[in-house]
Amino acid sequence: MDININDKDGRKIVDIIQSYASKHSLWVLAYGTGCGAIEIPPTMTSRYDAERFGITGRPTPRMADVLLITGYLATKTLKRVIRSYEQMQSPKYVIGFGSCTINGGMYWDSYNTIKSLDHYLPVDVYINGCMPRPEAVISGFVKLQEMISNGEAKGWEKYRDNIDLYRSQQKEVIKNWQMPDYNW
Amino acid sequence: MSFDWIKLLGFIVTPLIASVVGFTYMGLSRKITARVQNRVGPSVSQSFIDVVKLYSKKTAIHHGLMQHMGPVFAITASITTLFFIPVLKDSLFFANFSFRGDLVFLMYIMVFGQLGMALGAGQTGNPNSAIGVSRGLSQMVGYKVPYVLGLLAIMVHFKTTNLQELIAVQDGFRNWMIFQMPLASIAGLLAYLGFMAYAPFDVPFAPAELASGPPSEFGGKYLALMMTSRSIFTFAKLVLFVDLFFGGASNFFELLIKTFVLYLFALFVGLVNPRFRTEQSIQFWWKWPTAIGALALLLVAWKG
Repeated sequence: MDININDKDGRKIVDIIQSYASKHSLWVLAYGTGCGAIEIPPTMTSRYDAERFGITGRPTPRMADVLLITGYLATKTLKRVIRSYEQMQSPKYVIGFGSCTINGGMYWDSYNTIKSLDHYLPVDVYINGCMPRPEAVISGFVKLQEMISNGEAKGWEKYRDNIDLYRSQQKEVIKNWQMPDYNW
Repeated sequence: MSFDWIKLLGFIVTPLIASVVGFTYMGLSRKITARVQNRVGPSVSQSFIDVVKLYSKKTAIHHGLMQHMGPVFAITASITTLFFIPVLKDSLFFANFSFRGDLVFLMYIMVFGQLGMALGAGQTGNPNSAIGVSRGLSQMVGYKVPYVLGLLAIMVHFKTTNLQELIAVQDGFRNWMIFQMPLASIAGLLAYLGFMAYAPFDVPFAPAELASGPPSEFGGKYLALMMTSRSIFTFAKLVLFVDLFFGGASNFFELLIKTFVLYLFALFVGLVNPRFRTEQSIQFWWKWPTAIGALALLLVAWKG
């Protein structure tokens, strides 16, 4: 890689160190939203061992970097997911897990689940499947790591810049919006 | 008193060495944990990567002045603790602030960081933090009793409260404190398990139950500061216990071996044990370790 430190427009050496660190230390918020959460324990434990890549679980949103939306999202759960996402410290990333987050999956005609996660939260990586196996989950994480090192995983900036659009779309599905507009 | 440039340099170098060694031990502990669980595990440098990532977080929010100050108190207390512990035997460079009454002073200053953390965590308003703080302080009441009893026996027996004099009397393998005063050393080493807060004594942190307890509302740079403080404090504690019971160390190689063996002791106990409940952990220390410590003190008093 050709790095010119004096090039003001290019990526500085500090950015490269920072993206290296965030790439190799992804802390996942331990919050399973749907049935897909059952694939997380095998991913983390001895058989597939995601900690090789620096991926570990963290109990609170303040410490976490990655929000893993595991499966379908009921509108009731969406409210909690939005609060958790906004409490996380940026740079933060969202991984949509399973077909349900892409187009509703088998819940495509359900009255109280959302169909496309991208309308409500900025998704960086989708993992296809119902459900994706641990290999697929790890490949999704590796894809996210590649995006971070290339400086492409900018979902949190998109969310910050288009907060009004996201908020209006969120309020369309969450009828009883009884929480502050400012969550973080 | 003349101004001592070598000591000043020592003050700058010691915390840096302490944090590097502490982070390396934390990384090694994750690797060893993984190998015990039949996993590959992260690289040894994982703790460094984690802390650099936390320092490079773009946002950090706080809930008030005291939460802002909590991690600062913690790291101040860690570095202060380190300054009063002679890292190497007979070394001018690493003797730091060691003075006549330093062992008594250390008993007090080692609590300060946890109190700062408690104040900081209290202001976040998170119920998990409050429960974690109350558990941590109750547990401290537990393990401080055998620790103080063991240390008191040693101090009365050798009629000194200076760590360097205590290192000096442990000259040679056979004169280590653990062989000279086995009962007091056992009480102290059982209390050391509480200091390290690995399982079964990880009552205040309890990630699966309390969402990591006191630090649950700390993120980004606050958490990074707390991790740095923890790495320095880990090294300080290990050096203190090596100085007290294993005869100190005259060079860095010896120091690293002794501290790492001591670290492995806490880690291996943690790997094969589940977590105590709060009252169980306090009962544990108030039963046998306290009895052993009291017996050690009685024996010293009886011998005169």
